[in-house]
Amino acid sequence: MTDVKRIKHSSIRRNNLISSITGHTLLTILAFIWLIPIVWIVLQSFSAELNNQGQLIGFVRGNYFPKVLGIDNYINLFTNKNFEFGKWWLNTLFVAFFTFMISTLLTLSVAYVMSKIRFKSRKTFMSVSMILGLFPGFMSMIAIYYILKAMGLTGSLFALILVYSAGSGLGFHVAKGFFDVIPNSLVESARLDGCTNAGIFSKIILPLSKPIIVYTALTAFMGPWMDFIFAKTIIGESNRSNLTVAFGLYSMIYGEQADSNLFTQFAAGSVLVAIPIVILFVSMQRYYVEGVTAGSVKG
Amino acid sequence: MEYVKEKKPNIFIRIGQSFVEGLKNFGNGIVRVIKSIGRGFKTFGKRFVNGSIGTKLSYFIMGAGNFYHKRYVKGLIYLIIQAAFILFMVMSPEVNSTPLGYKALSNLTNLGTNPGSIFTPTDNSMLMMLFGVLTLGMIAIYLYAYVSNTKSAELADQLVKAGKVPQTFYGDLHSLIDERFHLTMLTPSILGITLFTVLPTIFMILIAFTDFDQTKQVGQHLFNWVGFDNFKEIFDGKSEISVRFIPVVTWTLTWAFFATFTCYIGGILIALVINGKNIKLKKMWRTIFMLTIAIPQFISLLAVRQLLSVSGPINTLLINMGLINQGIEFLGNATNGITPKVMVILINMWVGIPFTLLMTSGILMNIPNDLYEAAQIDGANKVQVFFKITLPYVVFITTPYLISSFVGNITSFNIIFLLTGGGPTVPGGFQAGETDLLVTWLYKLTIDQGDYNQGAVISILTFLIIATGTLLTYRRSKSFKEEDTFQ
Repeated sequence: MTDVKRIKHSSIRRNNLISSITGHTLLTILAFIWLIPIVWIVLQSFSAELNNQGQLIGFVRGNYFPKVLGIDNYINLFTNKNFEFGKWWLNTLFVAFFTFMISTLLTLSVAYVMSKIRFKSRKTFMSVSMILGLFPGFMSMIAIYYILKAMGLTGSLFALILVYSAGSGLGFHVAKGFFDVIPNSLVESARLDGCTNAGIFSKIILPLSKPIIVYTALTAFMGPWMDFIFAKTIIGESNRSNLTVAFGLYSMIYGEQADSNLFTQFAAGSVLVAIPIVILFVSMQRYYVEGVTAGSVKG
Repeated sequence: MEYVKEKKPNIFIRIGQSFVEGLKNFGNGIVRVIKSIGRGFKTFGKRFVNGSIGTKLSYFIMGAGNFYHKRYVKGLIYLIIQAAFILFMVMSPEVNSTPLGYKALSNLTNLGTNPGSIFTPTDNSMLMMLFGVLTLGMIAIYLYAYVSNTKSAELADQLVKAGKVPQTFYGDLHSLIDERFHLTMLTPSILGITLFTVLPTIFMILIAFTDFDQTKQVGQHLFNWVGFDNFKEIFDGKSEISVRFIPVVTWTLTWAFFATFTCYIGGILIALVINGKNIKLKKMWRTIFMLTIAIPQFISLLAVRQLLSVSGPINTLLINMGLINQGIEFLGNATNGITPKVMVILINMWVGIPFTLLMTSGILMNIPNDLYEAAQIDGANKVQVFFKITLPYVVFITTPYLISSFVGNITSFNIIFLLTGGGPTVPGGFQAGETDLLVTWLYKLTIDQGDYNQGAVISILTFLIIATGTLLTYRRSKSFKEEDTFQ
């Protein structure tokens, strides 16, 4: 009797061991695949291989690990007269800061109204916003370009801020999903106590909404660091000192003045862009997960 | 014992049914809109007949109704709106030597007539169209203010009749943070959306009906309305663009299908592995996969593109292992169309799986354990458990996500643009390469080549494809039907 039990017990333990080993092996292989390009870019940014004339080799080579390491690429990146990376970085920070302030405000206010206030044209607004969301985003880019041109704004960073934040009210769905889950009874009891709608929003809803505020702000802040296509059209490649990092770095290897020997410098720039974003993202991952799941998962 | 299985109609019948249903809804919608417009006119007329002298006057001079009830500030605001509008229409102010106001309306019908000479510049057809649309927008806003002026006069009448005092200006302002708080909250967004989303969209739709292509320079050539000619060209089956259109649509849909489902299934599987009870360091594994979400795509995708280049590390490794003799072009310069297509779908898994992983980890932990126990007692194996329990459960909860990611993949610009640039090129392919999706093709047609009219037609057609797909699935989904019951 006890023997049978022990055998059964040990077989369960063996099964656990096997599934643990296969699971870990599988994850290690996958993690390896996921990290190959990322580690490679970091390694390339520290490559300091020289050619026969003693110049830095900047193009893509066959060896995954650089033979000589150094920080020459980073030095070159900040001394390059043609590609002003430092300026681009500050430009992007500037645009990202204002974009995230304006968009967070707009998105949250639309989301709150759609979720908690019932008014006459609410359904119309919802349907129109859904239809607008179905048009390919940059179908309107050309028109936006000409509107900004008529306003005399093309080429400026203000134009970019406008473009990134003006339509952000349309992206209210995730935050609305979050507000929907806050019980209506809270709102109603506050109203019975004589609280105005504005008071309910600022004193009751907002303090409860930290995850969604962080999520909305995070996505809005990251947008300008990642977008290169609007930046390209609105700013224009010739306007070199007003570029943002995304299109600036892209233009180093595929733009009009691209040079395949700039690849390691591109890698260095990429690392400097990715580090702050990755830190921000990983430290706020919890809020991001809560935000995403609140918005798009509903039975 | 035998039991009768309920027979489900096959998928085509179901699609047909929902299509018919959609058409019916659309028809009903139009009837409803027409009816409500009719009702609107009726109440508008009644208001004039039944109104006080102030209300009647407000039909001609805005704000008269408010003045009549001694609400001077509000009346003055309405009056200023009317005066400003009339002034704007009559004066036709010029911006960049193109008029707004009534002249813009006539310009909208012909898009400019002055071909220019040495002494006078050409009419700017682009701006004329833009200002025409803007002026129409102004008229719409004015009409809205006009109707609300008559409404406010009527409301004041009714309050006085009931022995109450009409709302003061201070009361109006206060209502903006209470009963009409939604107006305060929505106005900035509506303004932004109108200027930077609605107006440009209308504008691009109009461009599809003009002859604005690469032969025309804005400010140097006039352009004209051409009706449906651009649409006819795409569907005539002979022109270059029409021959290329069907293959691009087919590839776009194929891509969207594979991109969505590989990432979806892959993400769920990896989430299952990580959630397994014997796995250590769960947080670390998740963070590793999250890296591709956090790192901007232009960095990670360009890195992959370089990694796969002919003289890059992957090809070198394959050569050193003796598997190939010389480097293979995997992406934009490949010699066939299949390799890059398979490659972009594979690389897209690298980008897309983490999103599903993120979405589903939490859901998987919430699947009731008794479902699994019951399955275990019934002797189901792991594969059966996955397809009969896990997958249906997750799909049920994440349908909206699945739909939006399918739509997102149809218009996924970054992956294709950054990995292959749409290549390899197809000879006589009207700019569309093997891996070009509708959106990247649209980009090339407009930004690179300047064929704005054809680009606009393509974007309208893209919209129609997405809209049909979304409406068919979304309207049937629970989250649409029960949008405001779940609270």
